[in-house]
Formats: sequence, C-alpha cells, structure tokens
Amino acid sequence: MANHTIAHDVYVPFLEKKGFLSWILTTDHKRIGILYLVSTSLFFLAAGIIALLMRFELLTPASDFVDPHTYNVLFTLHGSIMVFFFIVPGLAASFGNFLIPLMIGARDVAFPKLNIASYWIYLLGTAILLVGLLKPADTGWTFYTPYSATTNTDVVLMTFGVFVLGFSSILTGLNFIVTTHKMRAPGMTWHRLPLFIWASYATSILQLLATPVVGITLLLLITERTLGVGFFDPAKGGDPILFQNFFWFYSHPAVYIMIIPAMGVISEIIPVFSRKPIFGYKAIAYSSLGIAFISFLVWAHHMFVSGISETAAMIFSFLTFLVAIPTAIKVFNWTATLYKGSIQLHSAMLYALGFIFLFTIGGLTGVFLGALAADVHLHDTYFVVAHMHYVMIGGTVMGFFGALHFWYPKWFGKMFNETVAKIAWFFVFVGFNVTFFPQFFLGVQGMPRRYASYPAEFESLMSLSTYGSWILGFGILVMVINLLSGLISGPKAPENPYNSLSLEWQIPSPPPHENFEEIPQVTDWTYGYGKKKELEV
Amino acid sequence: MTWIPEVASNLAGKVDGVLLTITLLSLFFFVLITVILVVFAIKYKRKRDDEETPYITGSEPLEIIWTVIPSILLIALFVYGFVVYKEMRNPPADAVDITVTGKQWLWTFDYYNGKKTLNQLYVEQNRPVRLVMMSDDVLHSFFVPGFRTKQDVLPGRYVQLWFTPTKIGTFDIFCAEYCGTGHSVMLGKVNVLSPEAYDIWESGLPGEGGQSVASLPPAELGEKIYKEKGCNACHSVDGSTLVGPSFKGVYDHKVELADGSQVDADENYLRESILEPQAKTVKGFQPVMPSFKGILSDDEVTAVIAYIKTLK
Amino acid sequence: MAEADIEQPHGHHMDPATEYSSSKLGMWLFLGTEILLFGGLFAAYAIFHARFPEMFYEQHLELNRTMGAINTCVLIFSSLTMAMGVSAIKLGRQKTAAILILITIICGLTFGVIKYFEYSAKFSHHIYPDTSIFFSLYFLMTGLHMIHVFIGLGILAVVFVLTLKGKFDAKYNTPIEMGGLYWHLVDLIWIYLFPLLYLIG
Repeated sequence: MANHTIAHDVYVPFLEKKGFLSWILTTDHKRIGILYLVSTSLFFLAAGIIALLMRFELLTPASDFVDPHTYNVLFTLHGSIMVFFFIVPGLAASFGNFLIPLMIGARDVAFPKLNIASYWIYLLGTAILLVGLLKPADTGWTFYTPYSATTNTDVVLMTFGVFVLGFSSILTGLNFIVTTHKMRAPGMTWHRLPLFIWASYATSILQLLATPVVGITLLLLITERTLGVGFFDPAKGGDPILFQNFFWFYSHPAVYIMIIPAMGVISEIIPVFSRKPIFGYKAIAYSSLGIAFISFLVWAHHMFVSGISETAAMIFSFLTFLVAIPTAIKVFNWTATLYKGSIQLHSAMLYALGFIFLFTIGGLTGVFLGALAADVHLHDTYFVVAHMHYVMIGGTVMGFFGALHFWYPKWFGKMFNETVAKIAWFFVFVGFNVTFFPQFFLGVQGMPRRYASYPAEFESLMSLSTYGSWILGFGILVMVINLLSGLISGPKAPENPYNSLSLEWQIPSPPPHENFEEIPQVTDWTYGYGKKKELEV
Repeated sequence: MTWIPEVASNLAGKVDGVLLTITLLSLFFFVLITVILVVFAIKYKRKRDDEETPYITGSEPLEIIWTVIPSILLIALFVYGFVVYKEMRNPPADAVDITVTGKQWLWTFDYYNGKKTLNQLYVEQNRPVRLVMMSDDVLHSFFVPGFRTKQDVLPGRYVQLWFTPTKIGTFDIFCAEYCGTGHSVMLGKVNVLSPEAYDIWESGLPGEGGQSVASLPPAELGEKIYKEKGCNACHSVDGSTLVGPSFKGVYDHKVELADGSQVDADENYLRESILEPQAKTVKGFQPVMPSFKGILSDDEVTAVIAYIKTLK
Repeated sequence: MAEADIEQPHGHHMDPATEYSSSKLGMWLFLGTEILLFGGLFAAYAIFHARFPEMFYEQHLELNRTMGAINTCVLIFSSLTMAMGVSAIKLGRQKTAAILILITIICGLTFGVIKYFEYSAKFSHHIYPDTSIFFSLYFLMTGLHMIHVFIGLGILAVVFVLTLKGKFDAKYNTPIEMGGLYWHLVDLIWIYLFPLLYLIG
C-alpha cells in the first residue's frame, strides 16, 4: 500500500474540486452521495409541491381548482416521483453512499466506477420520466391493470423510466453488499458495525431481490401496451390480479427499502445524543434482516378485497402480523436507550424522537390493515393514505431530515442555525400531524382515496387536512432555507461536534478525498458510550 | 360529528368490534411509548456536559417480555380479524342474488324479477343479499361504508359480496378502486326499504325507483336523473370537458361527429345518443358511453332532454 | 500491483486479492438478479401453463424443434469453449484464450442467426407476440434471452480485443472470468427455455 503515503500530509477536503465535469465524472462515494442528495431532494420538493396542489383541490368538495383528470395526473406524479425518484434512492443511495465507506473504515465503495454509472442510470431514468410528462400517466403509482393497459395517457414512458431506475437501484445495492463484505477495516467485525450499516445491508438485499421482479412486471405492462401481449387482459385469457401479485411482490419489500435505512439513522442518532450504548444491538441488527425476509411474504395483504381466496387471505394476514414484531422490538429498544441517558435535544435528536412517535402511530395503524375484517372496511380509504404517510413521512422523511441535520457538519464542514432548525422541526411535526391525523377518521368514515371530488359530509376534516399541509409546507421551507444558508454563511464545523465514537467523526469535516490517512484499526464497537461498570457486553 | 358511519348491516357491528379492540390496544401501546419517551426526555435531559451515564447494552428478560407479549396479542388479533372476515365472505344459502355490473363510471343492478336500476340499489330490510359482481372494463370496488364491506369488481370474473341490511334508509355506495377520470363520481345509493315498501317497489314498473317521480316537472326530473343515474360522471353542465361533451349549450347547435360530418343536436339526436351512444359519437371523444336502453324509460329520456334544453 | 494501479486509477483502494473476490461476489449477485428477472416470466409461464394446458400443448407444436435443438447444442458448445478459454488464460496462454473466446463469439452469432430464421418463419405464418398467451410467452422469453445474448456478445467482444492486446495473463484475468460467468448464465437460461417452450409446451 505504498501509494497511499504520498501527499497525505496536506488535507484536501473532498468538496474542493469545482466544475460540472468534476462532479458528473467523479467516482468519490461522498460526491456521488451529494449528487443523489441534490437530485432526490429536488424530486422531493417537486412532488411535495404537487401534493400541496392536490390538497388545495381537496379544500372544498367540488372539483373546482383542477379538473378530475388533472387531479388524477397529479396524484400519479406525486406517488411515482416520491416513491421511485425520492424515497427509494433518497436515504439508501445518498446517505448510503456517503456513510458506508466512512463508517466501515474504507476509502471508497467496492466498485467506484459502477457507483457513478448507477447514478447516470438514475439520471437516464429521470430523463425518461420527464419526457413522459408531456402526456403524463393517470394510473396512480401502482399502475394497476387493466386501467394502465387501456388509458390513453403515456404509461409506457413513465413505467420505462421506473424500469431503468430499477437498474440503478440493483447496481447500488450490489455495490453496497460487496463493500460491506469486503472493505471493512481490520477489527470491524460484523457485530461492531454501526446499525446504519446493518440497515443498509438489509436494504441492499431487498433492492437486489425485489427490483428485478418489478422490472419484469413493468416490462410486461409495456409489452401489453405496445405488442398487444395479454397476460393481464381477461379478454385474452390473462388475469389483471396477476399484475397486482407481481407488483406487490416488489413494492411491499420496497416499502421496507424506504423505511429500513431510516431506522438505521435513528439507531445512530439516539445513542450519540443520549450518551448511552444502543439498547439491544443484536436485536436491532437482526430485526432489520428479519423485516427484510418477512417483507417478501406479505405482498398479498394489499389484495384482501381483490378476490383472493380465503386461505390466501388468512396466510398473508398472519404473516403481516409477524412483521409487526421486529418493528415493535426496534421501537422498544430505541426508547430504552434513552433510559438514564444524558439527553441533548439537538434538532437531529428531535427528528429522531419525532420518528419514534410518528412511526409508532404508523406501525399501530398497520395492525388495523393487517386484521382481515378491519381491512375490508378500511382498504382503499383515507385510512390507508394516512397510515402510509405516517410510515413514509413520519418514518422515512423524518429519518431523512434527521440524517440531514446530523451529518450536515461532517458532509459540508459547516454548521446551520440550530434555533431555526428547531423552529422548522416544530412546524414540520405539527403540520404533519394536522395534515394526516384527520385522514384516519376520514378513512374510518368511508372516504375513498384518489377522489378528485368528494361528498360534502367529509368537508370539515378534508379542509383541516389541507390547512395542515400548509403548515407542513411552511416548516419544510424554513428547514430548506436554514440548511442552504448554513452552506453559504454558516460557521465552520469542528471535526466531531457531538463527540460521536463512530469512525466518520474521527476524520476532518468535510472528509478528505480518500477518507482516512491510514486505514483505522478498530478495537471496539461504535456505541461504547457511558461508564463501563461490572456490566459487560 | 360521528366517528364512524351508522351501523346499517349485520356485519357492521362485528367489524366495529374488531376496530374497537385494535383501537384500544393501539391506544394503550401508543400512550405507553409516548409517556415513556416524554418522561425520559425530560427526566434525563442533559444538565452538564460531563454527565456520567451507565453502560447498559441490553436486558434479555426485558427484551423477551416485549417480544412475547406483543406477539401473543398480535396473534389474538389475527384470529379475531380472520373469524369475522370468514363470516363476511360466506353468504347464507337463503340470500337474494342481485347482479351488479361496474363500468366507467356507473353501477347497474339486475334483479331476479327482470328489473334493472342504475346507481340505485334496492334491498329489503333484514333480508340477506348476495351481490354477484363483474366489471365491464377496468377494476372497480363496491364499497358501502354503512355496511362495513367492500369487494373489488373485476373484468372477466364474478366476485360476490353479501350483507343483511338492518336499517331502513339510504346509504352511500363508493367506488373504492381507482378507475379513471370519473372515479370520484362513480357513486350510488343503497335504498333499504321496509318489507311493505319493498313489495310496492318490486311490483312497480321496471326501471323506476321506489318513490313516485311523476309529480316533478320534466326538466327537474331530468336534473334528478342526471345526478342519480351517473350522467354527471362524464357530462358537465357548465361547459367544461370531462369524458364526454358538456351538456351546456349543446341543444339545437351543430355538432361535429367523429367521421367529420355535422349533425343538428335536436331532440332526436339527443335521444339516439342516450339509447345508442355509439351511433354518432362527437369528434374528439372516445366511444365509451354505455347504452341507457332498458335503464331509462321513454318518459325519463324525455325528461333528460328537457333538462338539457334548459342548459344554454 | 503497480501495473493494475495504472490501468485502474480507482481500483487502488483494494489489493488484487480483495478486488478479485469482490468482483466475483458482485458478479454472482448480479447473476442472481438476472435469474430473478427471468423468474417473473417463469412464474407467468407456470401460471398460464396450469390454466391453459391444451393451448400450450397445441401451440408448442408450431415451434421448430430441430432449430431449437441445434441452437441448444450451439450454446452448450460455446459454454464449453468459454470455460476452456478461462482455464487457458489462467495458465497464461493468451493466444489460445483469444481463439477460444472468438469461437464462443462465433457460436453466439450462429445462435442469433438461427433465431432470426425462426422468428421470420413465425412472422410469415402470422404468428406474433399478441397471437396468444403461449406465443406472448415464447416471444418475450426468447426475446429477453436474445437481448442477453447480445449483451454477452458485446462483453465477450471487448474481452477478446483486450486479450489480443495482451492485457490479461495468468495473474490478472478477472474480466475474462466475469465475462465467462455471464455467458454461462445466458446458456443456462436457454437450457431451461428450450424444454419449457419446445418440448413440454
């Protein structure tokens, strides 16, 4: 390793090189992480604005702000962009890229060229989607047949964009798995790995196993529209329910692709700001893998009223309840970590605590939907919409914001205004609950989802939800402005502002090009906070 | 404000039982976690930067307890949910069959005695009903919140749904599975009639509702039909374009057809378009409208035309 | 090691042994995802075969078994030459390796030509992907496989040129081995497709 000793006495932060080409051709995992961070954040904001437009339409019962078709296009775009272009690659690819090599003590991922190629594929997918926006699809992000096979909007480009994106997801997952296996620093044993790495590992496995199936499913939908293939068309002997089976075989694991990295983030933030070791390390680590495994066996719980057999419904309902167990274990472990800690309510910690609170609601309402009799009533109502957003925003997005605030100093070498960050958190937290909590009641009362107009009896709760969306939007706006202005005029960040023990905090902020001057020798796990007494690990 | 729609079928109370049980258990765990979270966050809030914290990495007994107890509760909930579900899926042998067809964007109901209604389902109180359902086009889902039951409706395959209505009154039917532009106006009503009222309805003229409508002036009757029979799913009355052309100002104006020819939108053209919609489609619109032959009586067609005439 | 560093400016964060085992792990994972991609089609095959056994039987008779069998032999032979190529380069025999890779490429092209005649025969009988569920499966499965054949041929062509240039030797030959693995996958998938489509129906 003689070549590593040259020129390392001079510290050059990885952000140093400027210019478009130095970014788009980079193979530095930290820069690729930023590329993903910027692209996915832009998509998040775009889809968020679409959501505000939808909520504005729903302020009153009548379809008056936009016509029903436009509304259908809006919710299709909102769902597709949020799911495929933001949440799936959001935490997994941006923070995964930035953190995995830093946390395991490596200079980069296993295949740096493949890594940037994955990003180009992501760009290609987004470009195809943007072309598809000329005549945007109105199928919903689930692309259910036969509607998606017959509507005269441009379903092909949109699904093809998602198909291309799938390759990016597969290759990134593959890269991370190999990196975790092969690139850990000496002494970084599996049971010393930070929990974010375990989470990313479980996520990567899901990406590898599930994405090809949605790839072929969307390809079949495309051939259905272009070549007249009839797998999903009852008139040709096909079966529209087959599409749902195929689709959810991917998309249910995909839900966990979205949430597991956020769980990893929470497991990192809480010990640092409690000065306590994470409670039940192995239970959290293995429950990630457990969730990943079970997630492949529950897809049909999206189809309890689609006409599947009673036996199938029984089995899938049972398996769905099983997923709740590892999830509950994690929540209990995080809460127990706070016990006798020295808790600092940093903005990142507030997002982590908000995550536990909201994710608990999201998880518990999932129990309603897993219980067959209750699901028959609640399926395809606003209850599902609320549940899903409590998991996706209350869970994943809270985790994403928490990660942004937590690793911001390391990533950019600057500090943001902590007071403003807390104010933004408050608005996000309150706004989110005002937006989505009423939707549980709407669902119980029978308000179906994907309605451009709705009966007057739902008006008061629907408009409350719309007001909430304005508070939420305002909170996010304040947060974005605060983080951006920190980049421009924030004070310089120290190496390790929170006294974390994790490897990424032991190097300068922002990290140098090759991360570590010397590959570190790891002697203990990441969570050795607190005073060791007679208790041993 | 009510938290949940009125209990209007034999199944509703049972589903509510499941909902209530889960709600109470969820509330318990939610309050438990929230209280612990808040208490810890306040009690252990950092006061000095050099506070000492204990090195606790886990507790096996505790972890076993909080794995086992939720597991037992979850399995109990699963069984409860399944038992009720099983009942919801298995109609009794004496149920009355009604054939339901979902199409973009209306429901039609065919009764055993040859009657046919549109968007209005008529059932008798306390008599089990089995709906045999199929879709003409894409997926739909038949959902009656008051009955707490729902079933996706598929093309090319019959599915069934049953309930015994217990309350006299009118209840919403929603299409719960997204089915395109008119999804949110694919609404209907279940009319639960007392046995006496049902007898009267049953022996009435085919295609007519239970209540007498003869007393309304034609244009008003037409407006009522426009709203109840699903015309509003595709045709606006304010000039905006939905799936079909707007009714506003169409009467007595020239209409350009799909083949490029022109036709006068007089009474006969409007009548033909209602009964044989595919005969002369307007340019720029898909030939997707279902025929209303056998659904609307001659008087009703005349009433709809009278209503269209008022929309200038 | 110094040589490899110059060629691969971004590979220098790993030592060659790790790099080799990483590439191998990565390739196997990738092959797994390829099998899952086809897995969706195999699942569709199983479902529709169970639903329409007569249709599958009757329509599979329209396929040309002889051509299918020849193609199977061609691909199995090409897998053999590929495997021989990999072992040749591990012994440092660059020229032999290059010739064997070239034979593999020629076999792949032969496969494509035979498939082209098969497809044209189907089209001339007015059999298209929308003719029936069986032919939808036939065209999609063999079509997706054909795409993989072309990708494999592209990889092998690059590997062939690099071998001719003497880039690989007994010590460093990871790209040949990875290309070989991919080609074996292409072969393996066809070995399942042939009986499912041509023989069982």
